[in-house]
Order: sequence, then C-alpha cells, then structure tokens
Amino acid sequence: VGKTTIDEDVLDELEDILVSSDVGVETTVKVIKRIEERVARDKYASTAELDSILRDEIAALLTENKSVDNQDSFETEHLPKPYVIMVVGVNGVGKTTTIGKLAHQFHQRGHKVVLGAADTFRAAAVDQLKLWGQRVNVPVIDHGMNTDPSAVAFDALKKGTETGADVIIIDTAGRLHTKVNLMNELSKIKRVMQKIIPDAPHEVLLVLDGSTGQNAVIQAREFTKVTDITALAITKLDGTAKGGVVIGISDEFKIPVKYIGVGEKMDDLQVFDRAEFVDSLFKKIG
Amino acid sequence: MFENLQDKLNNAFRTLKGKDRISDINVAATTKEVRKALVDADVNFKVAKEITDRIREKAIDRKILISVEPGQMFVKIVQEELTELMGGNAEGINIKGDPAVILIAGLQGSGKTTFSGKLASLLKKQGRQVLLTACDVYRPAAIDQLKVLGEQIGVEVYSEPENKNAVSIAQNAVAHAKKSGKKIVIVDTAGRLAVDEVMMKEVEDIKTSVKPSEILFVVDSMTGQDAVNTAKTFNERLDFDGVVLTKLDGDARGGAALSIRQVVEKPIKYISTGEKMEALDSFYPDRMASRILGM
Ligand SMILES: Nc1nc2c(ncn2[C@@H]2O[C@H](COP(=O)(O)OP(=O)(O)OP(=O)(O)O)[C@@H](O)[C@H]2O)c(=O)[nH]1
Ligand SMILES: Nc1nc2c(ncn2[C@@H]2O[C@H](COP(=O)(O)OP(=O)(O)OP(=O)(O)O)[C@@H](O)[C@H]2O)c(=O)[nH]1
Ligand SMILES: [K+]
Ligand SMILES: [Mg+2]
Ligand SMILES: [Mg+2]
Repeated sequence: VGKTTIDEDVLDELEDILVSSDVGVETTVKVIKRIEERVARDKYASTAELDSILRDEIAALLTENKSVDNQDSFETEHLPKPYVIMVVGVNGVGKTTTIGKLAHQFHQRGHKVVLGAADTFRAAAVDQLKLWGQRVNVPVIDHGMNTDPSAVAFDALKKGTETGADVIIIDTAGRLHTKVNLMNELSKIKRVMQKIIPDAPHEVLLVLDGSTGQNAVIQAREFTKVTDITALAITKLDGTAKGGVVIGISDEFKIPVKYIGVGEKMDDLQVFDRAEFVDSLFKKIG
Repeated sequence: MFENLQDKLNNAFRTLKGKDRISDINVAATTKEVRKALVDADVNFKVAKEITDRIREKAIDRKILISVEPGQMFVKIVQEELTELMGGNAEGINIKGDPAVILIAGLQGSGKTTFSGKLASLLKKQGRQVLLTACDVYRPAAIDQLKVLGEQIGVEVYSEPENKNAVSIAQNAVAHAKKSGKKIVIVDTAGRLAVDEVMMKEVEDIKTSVKPSEILFVVDSMTGQDAVNTAKTFNERLDFDGVVLTKLDGDARGGAALSIRQVVEKPIKYISTGEKMEALDSFYPDRMASRILGM
C-alpha cells in the first residue's frame, strides 16, 4: 500500500511551499526531518498520508493556546478583573488596529472595555486610537501627544479600575527592537502599571505583521527579553502573505498565537485556528 | 546566521577539497549554502535559485577551487553579483510638470505617510514649492497624521476631510497647487493589498487622473517572500518608477530589495532609516549587498 519512501520530488516541493510561506530554512529543515523520521518509523506512507502527517507535524510546532482552543477567547469570567492587555510590536504592524478590533469583540459580548493611548509619539497616534474608541463605543484614556506613556498607562489602569472595567488595553508606540531606550521604556510602562495592579499586565500581546519575513524571529526574541510576551497576533493575513515565520517563533519561544488580523475593519479579527492556518499554507496562490 | 557564511563556505571547500572531488560538486555544495543564506535574508526563494545558478557559473569560470582562499573568493563573487543585480547609479526622481505630481503607494503600514513627509522636507530644502496631499480616506486619523508631519516640516497639506473620493481629492490638490504656485504635489495614498481589486483600481484611477511624473512604491525592508507578489501586482497596475525601502534603521537583512529588483526591474531610489523627518537616504547597491549577506 502506497510508497515505501517519500521521494525526493515530494520533499522538494514541500520545501518550496514552506520556504515560500516564510517558514524559514531552519524550521523547514526541521519539519522535513520530522516527516522523514516518521515515515521511516511507520515504514510506508502514501501521498494522502503524507499530507496529514505534514499537517500534524507543523501543527505540533505551534504552541497550544489552552485558553483559546475550542473556546471563546473573549469571555472574561475566568479572568482577573480588570484584565490588562499591553500591546507591543515594531512600527506599522497593526497594533492600534488590532486593539480597536479586540475592544470591539469584548464590547460586543457585553464586557466593559477601557483603552489607554500610550503611543504618545507617532504623529496622530492618539487621534487614531480615539477614533477607534468612538467607532466601537469604548472610552479611551489619553494625555495627548508627547506625554509620558507610563503616566497614560497608569491613568488608564486607575480609571479602568475605578469604573469597573473588565478589560483594559494599552496601546504602545511602534518600536524597532534594535532601539535600546525604546525597549527599556516598555519595562518602565509595565512597572508603573504594577503600582495599580500588581500582576498587570496579564497579557502582553506581540503583534507581528504577517508579511514579515525572518526578521520576525528576532523581533520575538528581543521583545521577549524586555517583557514577558504571553501571546502573538499575526496581522494582514487577508493578503497573499502566509505568515509562516510564526511557526518557528511559536516553537522556539513557546508562545501561542492567539489572534489573526484579516482586514482593516472592526470585525476583521479571528481567534487563531491551528488547522486552518496550516491549511492556508498549502492553498495555491496566484 | 550569516556572519559565518564565509566560514561555512571555507569549511565546505575544505572538506570537499580533501576528498579530491570534481569541481562542479564542490561548487554545488557551496552554492547551496549561499542559497540558504539568501533565503534566510528574505530573498525570494525562486530569485535566490536564479541568482545562485548564475553565481555558480561564475565561480566555475573563475576557477575558485584552485585558489588559496576559495571561501573568501566565493563570497566576493556573491557580493559582486548582488551589487550588480541591485545596481546602477543612484537615480533621481522625475519632477517635470506644472505641477509635477509624485504618487506614493504601497501596502498597509509600509511607511508611505512618513516617507511622503520626508520627501516633501527634502524637496523643500532644495528650495522647491511643495504641496502634500492626503488621499487616504480610510485609515482613522490618516489626514491628521500627514498634517502633523506637514506642520513639523513647514509644508502645506491639502485635505478634504468630508470627501471620501481619493481621486477627486488628488485632482483638486493639483488645481490648488496650480493656483497657489506649488511646483510639486506629493500624493499620499491609503495602504492597500495587491489582491484588493477595489483599492488597486482606486490608485490606478488616481494615476490616470493626475498623471504623476513619478510613482514610488514603498516597501518595508522586513518583508518576506511575498514581496515579489506585491511588487509584481503594483507594477502591473501602476508601472511605478522606483522603490522606497523603509525601516532600514532596524536589523532586517532586506532581501526583499533584491527580490523586487529582480522581478520588476525598477530601481530603489530612497531608503528610509527612522521615524524622524530627516531619516532619508540614497540607496547604495554595494551596502545593500553587504547587508543582505550579513557582512
Ligand atoms: N489588510 C490589513 N491591514 C491591516 C490589518 N491590521 C492593520 N492593518 C493596517 O495596517 C496599517 C497599520 O496599522 P496600525 O494599527 O496603525 O499599526 P501600528 O502597529 O499601530 O503602527 P504604529 O503605531 O505606527 O507602529 C493600517 O493601515 C491598518 O489599517 C490587517 O489585518 N489587514
Ligand atoms: N523605525 C522606522 N520607522 C518607520 C520608518 N518609516 C516609517 N516608520 C514608522 O512606521 C509606522 C508606519 O508608518 P506610516 O508612514 O504610517 O506607514 P503608511 O504606509 O503610511 O501606513 P498606512 O497609511 O496605514 O498604510 C509608523 O510608526 C512610522 O513612524 C523608518 O524608516 N524607520
Ligand atoms: K494570506
Ligand atoms: Mg499604533
Ligand atoms: Mg499612511
């Protein structure tokens, strides 16, 4: 039944698919090795079996997200109140937009949300978040532009706690991980928040642009160094980019992918689904 | 990852040389290392294959196997080849016209608005009368963002907050420039995906209606394998004149630069190296080649 070995051609094609999805050489080699081992162990594999083995092996690299898999991740009952989410990442990846979408999801389920406009640097960043706040009907705490981001975060937690918020989401300025001062600023924002809520932030969401290549690995590494990243969001997956780099990242840093961004509208946020994501890698692109 | 490309190549040659293999095989093993390094630097995998095939021919031609430092020589060939591929002298932009229109386009978050401000600032410093135009009618606070930048650099920003038609805003901006004696109109557009037909049509329509003398495609240097798809489609729709590579103040290898150059054969005209308005530079192929190779 089936072939006794997987021939070179099949593996070459597989390699091309993975590499062209930004999975990266190292992770691709790892996946292929795992498949070869499994096939050697199980003695044979037909092409159909190969397909499911492959999907299994890739999915296995993606760290499981216990709170999300098969659950509605926008329920807050089991979470500390207020639940504080700090959103970080390099410039232009989609942090502010993701916050708008998250706020919308929580708000829609009847949770009380407060946003903190702690990007006080990028031109019109505060206005952008405030417009999102209006759009999805949640209040935004801001101190205007060019103010201390830690003070904004502090205030957002204070006001959020006072007004009985279920979820507080803090926007931060985009920063390249190579900029030491800006990276240290994140630790400061966190320390200041802990004066109000000792275990805040409960979640630090690192946003990665789905069209980013191998640099995303370094982003994950460097952001992890300055703050405990608890989850990833991959944006812009509505385009042709596949976001495959996240497989290696999730595996190396043991951080689950929690959300994906699939557009610019408030509803364009989905809870990450491993199987669907792996499927999308193998969908033909134009 | 790449710091040791040269070491890897030296090793590959050393071990193979010892076994007295034929030259083709030695070179094949090392070109494979180069290909891996390029893909790790985000060069598109197909482009990497094409390039390494050519490099391999050159390596064989130059008989690097009998040289003393084959690894070093090989890296040199690679670097030369990459430089040539991205090559040519730095090309300026076309600002002929009355007014000349410069259209800025690209994916979401690539750095278009920031670059628009930088270019306006540069042209202003050269003594030119510039008008910035806010044609992003979608992103929340997109107009404000451009206005803040315009204020910082002292350049007027044309906008119509109530008008949701980017094409007519662009047209009106040109008319406004004519009236007010502005010689260059920079049109900042909304970010868009190449697969978004409605949005691609919009930018095409802007082009048709204001006939830019220069169209620049703005790309994030962190972009991975998809850079070629995007660049191809934008080029098919807009036939752009040049590429702007952004966020090079980070540590991305920037292999996308090479892929795009290979696929659309358009020059890279500027590089963006920071969030501040001054952080704009010319493009140097040799520096980019070294960067991609991690040297
Ligand atoms: N197509 C698409 N566009 C997105 C998605 N998420 C964000 N964007 C767009 O990407 C651009 C940048 O998004 P922002 O939310 O401003 O990104 P940011 O990380 O906050 O940027 P900075 O604060 O400047 O670092 C905007 O044009 C967004 O509309 C997505 O999932 N799909
Ligand atoms: N570090 C760094 N950041 C940059 C550079 N160019 C732009 N940025 C930042 O990248 C983010 C996105 O830049 P924008 O100019 O808003 O990008 P855009 O293409 O206009 O985005 P959309 O209009 O949403 O599509 C902002 O945080 C900018 O400050 C650069 O060269 N280096
Ligand atoms: K996609
Ligand atoms: Mg933002
Ligand atoms: Mg913009």
